[in-house]
Amino acid sequence: MSILDIFQYGFMVRGLAAGLIIGAIAPLIGAFLVLRRYSLIADTLSHVSLLGIAGGLLLGVNPLLGALAAAVLASLGIEKLRTSRRIYGESALALFLSGSLALAVIILSVGRGFNTNLLNYLFGSIVTVTAADVALMSILAVIVVAVLGFLYKELVYITFDEESAQVSGLPTKRINLILIILAAVTIALSIPIIGVLLIAAMIVIPVVAALQLRQSFGATILYAELFSLFSVVTGIVSAFYFDLSAGGMIVIIMLAIFLLTYTIKSRPAGGPKL
Amino acid sequence: MPIVNHSQNIIEIKNVSFSYGHNQVLRDVSLNIHQGDYLGLVGPNGAGKTTLLKLILGLLVPDSGEIRFFGRELSKCKDWSKISYVPQKATGFDVNFPIKVEEVVLMGRAAQRGLGRPYSLEDKKQARLALERVGLWSFKDRLIGDLSGGQQQRVFLARALAGEPRLLFLDEPVTGIDQASQEEIYALLRELNRQEGLTLILVSHDIERILAEAMHIACLNQTLVCHASPAEFIKESESGDILGQNLRFLSHYHHH
Repeated sequence: MSILDIFQYGFMVRGLAAGLIIGAIAPLIGAFLVLRRYSLIADTLSHVSLLGIAGGLLLGVNPLLGALAAAVLASLGIEKLRTSRRIYGESALALFLSGSLALAVIILSVGRGFNTNLLNYLFGSIVTVTAADVALMSILAVIVVAVLGFLYKELVYITFDEESAQVSGLPTKRINLILIILAAVTIALSIPIIGVLLIAAMIVIPVVAALQLRQSFGATILYAELFSLFSVVTGIVSAFYFDLSAGGMIVIIMLAIFLLTYTIKSRPAGGPKL
Repeated sequence: MPIVNHSQNIIEIKNVSFSYGHNQVLRDVSLNIHQGDYLGLVGPNGAGKTTLLKLILGLLVPDSGEIRFFGRELSKCKDWSKISYVPQKATGFDVNFPIKVEEVVLMGRAAQRGLGRPYSLEDKKQARLALERVGLWSFKDRLIGDLSGGQQQRVFLARALAGEPRLLFLDEPVTGIDQASQEEIYALLRELNRQEGLTLILVSHDIERILAEAMHIACLNQTLVCHASPAEFIKESESGDILGQNLRFLSHYHHH
């Protein structure tokens, strides 16, 4: 079997394309979530999406639409709870994560017929990606890149110092809302490909790895992109040749990169003081 | 020399009260701040200094009373770009945040540049001027977390100045930083106020130092205990008039 065999299979080409698209947009969103200590929101929204998928399967609606609706609604609820200041941000996330998982499990116990179908959503299935999926992901990618690019300087400011950004007159609430909705849509649409359990890893790990290198903001995003795309390609190719789970391989390779950057740049916490 | 009209009020605070839950922090505070003023806002810990600052900045909403900015009610104020804010260092920022000094200073230009517009050459020029003023232009490509506490605070001051404000709020700007940086910050504030007419509102618990720097002193202890020039303040406090009002924290400066 030659190394190019992978391209003879249409499903692998589509899988690679979809994987690369997710690999490109996940760290863009991740950079702004991780630096706000909001990494867990990715996990929460993916579990909420599972609820949407279960609901969709039960009602006979397209599960992807169910995931999309659930994730966007939950993101609005989470943001509202967080800004109410009556509940800590991470507690709001825990409420949504456990609540949606509980509801999803109940729905699944009601309709036992579609449990096998659900497994695909838990772990994703790169081999079943259709041309329509790739087209949908491409549109999403264009929107995410355009919006984040447009609001880049505002997002950097708000992420670094939300209070001062608000005082200076930036519409911080609306920008926060836009970011969290973009995260919800990205997560929901990525689930059939990478799975509920691993999408959060794709958003968080490349950014955490890039942060170890201590670069400027832009350079950090570039490194995260590099790590992410490299992991997607090597993960999918190795999964194809050794018949392993692609999603699992991608995340393990990302973790290996993180370990590498962490050990290379190990330094005392807080950095050197002059 | 810019024309400073000391008779024009920039901020008018009328009968403002504020509570966190059942815990009343500010009671019936009225205070005017005029153009070109250098106001030292002093008081003991928990007196409500930072709360008052946050009310003025619109980060909190008063339970009762009114705050006017440039003659307009706060919620209708459209002049936020004339205001800069140097937050309390203790509230902290992430020292591991991957951002260069110059990028931080440019943030001071973000709001007036406009949503979705990248920083212009003019923004970069103003950022450079501001960094030069605080003596840190040569640090522009360093990560903010790699600077000393005093240098970081000067970067935040530069960020505030880059927006070319008419009004500058500083919350405990010299707390926890080295003596040399403290002196540099005070000298720069003096110059900005006296020579360029920049209005300053400085929150501090170092009364002795503020008496030497500011044009007016406002003492806060849940309510406004006094609002006077440093000379009047010293006279009154020596005669015991304001010290009687639960303000024993002030008395230490007599010994110097």
